[in-house]
Amino acid sequence: MKSRRKLWGALILLAVFHALILFAGFFAPYGFAVQDREMPFAPPTRLHFTDARGKVHLRPFVYGLKDDPANPGAYVADTSELYPLRFFVRGAPYKVAGLIESRLHLVGVEGDGRLFLMGTDGYGRDQLSRFLYGGQISLLAGLLAAALSVFLGVVIGALAGFYGGWIDELLMRGSEIFLALPWLYLLFAVRAALPLHIAEWQVFLLLVAVMGLIGWARPARMIRGVVLSAKERKFVLAARGFGASDAHLLFQHVLPQTYGVVFTQIALLIPQYVLAEVTLSFLGLGVGEPMASWGTLLSSLQQYYVLSSYWWMFLPALLLIPLFLGYYTMADALQERLKSVSL
Amino acid sequence: MARAGLGKSIAALGFAAICACFPACSASAAQPPVGEDLMVTTSPVGHAGGRLVFALRSEPKTLNPVLAEDAASQDVIRCLTADLIDINRATQKTEPALAKSWTVSRDGKQYTLHLRRGIRFSDGQPLTADDVVFSFQLYLDEKIDSPQRDLLVVGGKPIAVEKVDSETVRFTLAQSYAAADRLFDGFAILPRHLLESAYRGGTFSQALSVSMQPSQFAGLGPFRLKEYVPGERIVLERNPYYWKQDRSGNRLPYLDEIVFLFVSSEDTQAIRFQAGDTDVIDRLSAENFAVLSKQQAARHYHLDDLGPGLEYNFLFFNLNDLGPKASPDLAHKQCWFEDARFRQAVSAAIDREAIVRLAYNGRATPIWTQVTPGNKLWIDASIPREPRSIDRARDLLKSAGFSWKSDGTLIDAKGLPVEFSILTSSSNAQRVKIAALIQDDLSHLGMNVHVVSLEFHAMVARLLNSHDYEAAVMGLASGDADPTAEMNVWMSNGDTHLWHPNEAKPATPWEAEIDRLMQQQLVTLDYAKRKRLYDRVQEIVAQNLPVICLVSPDILAGASDRVGNFQPAILSPYTLWNVDQLYVR
Repeated sequence: MKSRRKLWGALILLAVFHALILFAGFFAPYGFAVQDREMPFAPPTRLHFTDARGKVHLRPFVYGLKDDPANPGAYVADTSELYPLRFFVRGAPYKVAGLIESRLHLVGVEGDGRLFLMGTDGYGRDQLSRFLYGGQISLLAGLLAAALSVFLGVVIGALAGFYGGWIDELLMRGSEIFLALPWLYLLFAVRAALPLHIAEWQVFLLLVAVMGLIGWARPARMIRGVVLSAKERKFVLAARGFGASDAHLLFQHVLPQTYGVVFTQIALLIPQYVLAEVTLSFLGLGVGEPMASWGTLLSSLQQYYVLSSYWWMFLPALLLIPLFLGYYTMADALQERLKSVSL
Repeated sequence: MARAGLGKSIAALGFAAICACFPACSASAAQPPVGEDLMVTTSPVGHAGGRLVFALRSEPKTLNPVLAEDAASQDVIRCLTADLIDINRATQKTEPALAKSWTVSRDGKQYTLHLRRGIRFSDGQPLTADDVVFSFQLYLDEKIDSPQRDLLVVGGKPIAVEKVDSETVRFTLAQSYAAADRLFDGFAILPRHLLESAYRGGTFSQALSVSMQPSQFAGLGPFRLKEYVPGERIVLERNPYYWKQDRSGNRLPYLDEIVFLFVSSEDTQAIRFQAGDTDVIDRLSAENFAVLSKQQAARHYHLDDLGPGLEYNFLFFNLNDLGPKASPDLAHKQCWFEDARFRQAVSAAIDREAIVRLAYNGRATPIWTQVTPGNKLWIDASIPREPRSIDRARDLLKSAGFSWKSDGTLIDAKGLPVEFSILTSSSNAQRVKIAALIQDDLSHLGMNVHVVSLEFHAMVARLLNSHDYEAAVMGLASGDADPTAEMNVWMSNGDTHLWHPNEAKPATPWEAEIDRLMQQQLVTLDYAKRKRLYDRVQEIVAQNLPVICLVSPDILAGASDRVGNFQPAILSPYTLWNVDQLYVR
């Protein structure tokens, strides 16, 4: 009962998150590349209900910002004019799920006002918009790459564990060589072989391919371990005794026991791959300016001045915690359910 | 010829090493004996003792002055060695160092340098003309291949160095050379008595590694090697034989020790300084300057913004003549790049003020030529400082045959959309930002620009070797304010002629003119005439824009309040150039 509630909680959270990201264009007030050069590192815009004269407004509004004369690089609210918040406004064009063109945005402010709910980065770009658009690349690339890694891991690990002998030797020594390869230098070579500018969809495929292909060796070794112990269990031996085929044994009895490992591996790999994309971007294999990705949003935190001066730059990282927690919880709950089913 | 007796008595190397273990013994050398020709400094008198800590961003690769290339090695070597003529970082003018005086022949080809009498290496051995001749033999040896060798080749021939007598050395140049006295700055004089056997044995290139024994090297700098801990620090101790004294007759340097810590990044450097672990910091970024400046009073340090230095950052296009090996795509784009009006339009569309504000927190200056406002002697003030104008850019593009589609995309005369990529180094956050701002600026002209950031070495390989790029953002910083330091960049056959390196002959009439002007200023001795020639070079560059100059970052430095005589400068080494006069309050 408890695990069921946990699973549903996680699923709802993940559904909301993924919907936000899928419809980033609608939820994001601005485009991911729109620079407001007068407002680098502006703090999150505050919503007000009462104005400077104490008058209460039913519709929330925001103030503009001006430079703080006492503190260079900081801003103070310019209370001379207020900009009411509006819902379902028309703004910059975008495409829903890459197909349907639209100009409708969930929120916006009127006139010259700016709405930066998560503040701006060093170019004066809205962080919320960049977070939502960035998720489209990072999350999908992370998911696909994790699925690719684990798929390869399951195939190779299961074959090695189930058949043993020279197949096991070959595959496992192969995976060790794979782990020992100097990936950094190989990636340099890959980068050098590619043309300088890579189109967006190519970047995306490249990310998935590189992360997915590099990451299979560890899950493969874990799955091999599970398969090794699973194939010696009494009911598997019994099934073999009744003359079950290899395929039947693998798919009906052995592989179901690896699902726990598979789901935890996927849940662990996704956050890892979101961060791996930062390294790949540094090598020129990832997402370049001005495109947004969660990796690039997080990488700005590596700089001391960002870390020590602008707290809102942490917000993307904070938002990722419930998301990753959602994945872990789902993996956990699924594992528990599978256990209770298989018993 | 009259040399003090003490030097001769410490002839044996072994004794010198023992001597270093007994402070009392070396202290006896602190009283200047008669006959020593010490230089007297003019800075305020400090007091002796104490240590200074400085963080290097990487570990020095070598302590061999002939081979050192990286900044960390050079920072340490500067403290260990001295040169014949020094560029005073505060005045940017030359001043006597190991050479007490020098004369120039009328045709400007012969320099006769007179060494200070009676001065000694840090092991107590006397300095003679033989050491000078030996040192330049090393710098000029093609087998050793010193990175500084090129500077000593004037008019296609290496400078001839000969000993006149034990205190006089003559340098003969193949042609007159404008700033020849400035050339001597940075050529450290080495001890022949310690290095000759390694040189004769062919092992000089391996000598003087970071991990050598302190007794294996003796220099003429204010400090000598004491200890090296791999991955952690290098400690230098006071050289008791140093050849400078202050106005009150105290022998310099004041400090007993200087410690170089190795840290991994610029951020760590800033954090260690903020925490009070280090006393002096330079090469500070504008962002960290802003972070550190908030705590100046509370943490007892002060920061200095020295204004623009010599570094100029610029955008340039691939103008290499690639012949048949060019991809058709790049060859087509080069037709745009080669049109000066295209480059002028790009320059007009770039918002330099925004780069200053967003990439450098306001701590930089927009520039329109390669000479920065920090270089007061050489900047051509008449170069127009044109503000950003999209309209002017559009007019220029129109006159060059470009037009716009209905959706705003810029197309060339053949109807192809204008699209190119800008290459930058991913380790330089400012330049990535510059490229991203330019990308946005040029989108207002309908150009579809991509920013490609690569790891530094991968980027350089593309720029200089494979020439496989379209445009790039880079920065250069000369070691010296004089235009001779820039020969390699502006001569069309230069290695650093970035947009088209090593041209066999000038590809364009204006490059030919720059070649002529640069050659001419090199052999002209009169400053006013040289200035006119170099002004013309700046005009040609501003007009033809082989490099589109963008900004010059400020030189930012800081020191703990307890450091006296701190006088940072805009020439490298920014803060430790007067380390012999720094003291601890």
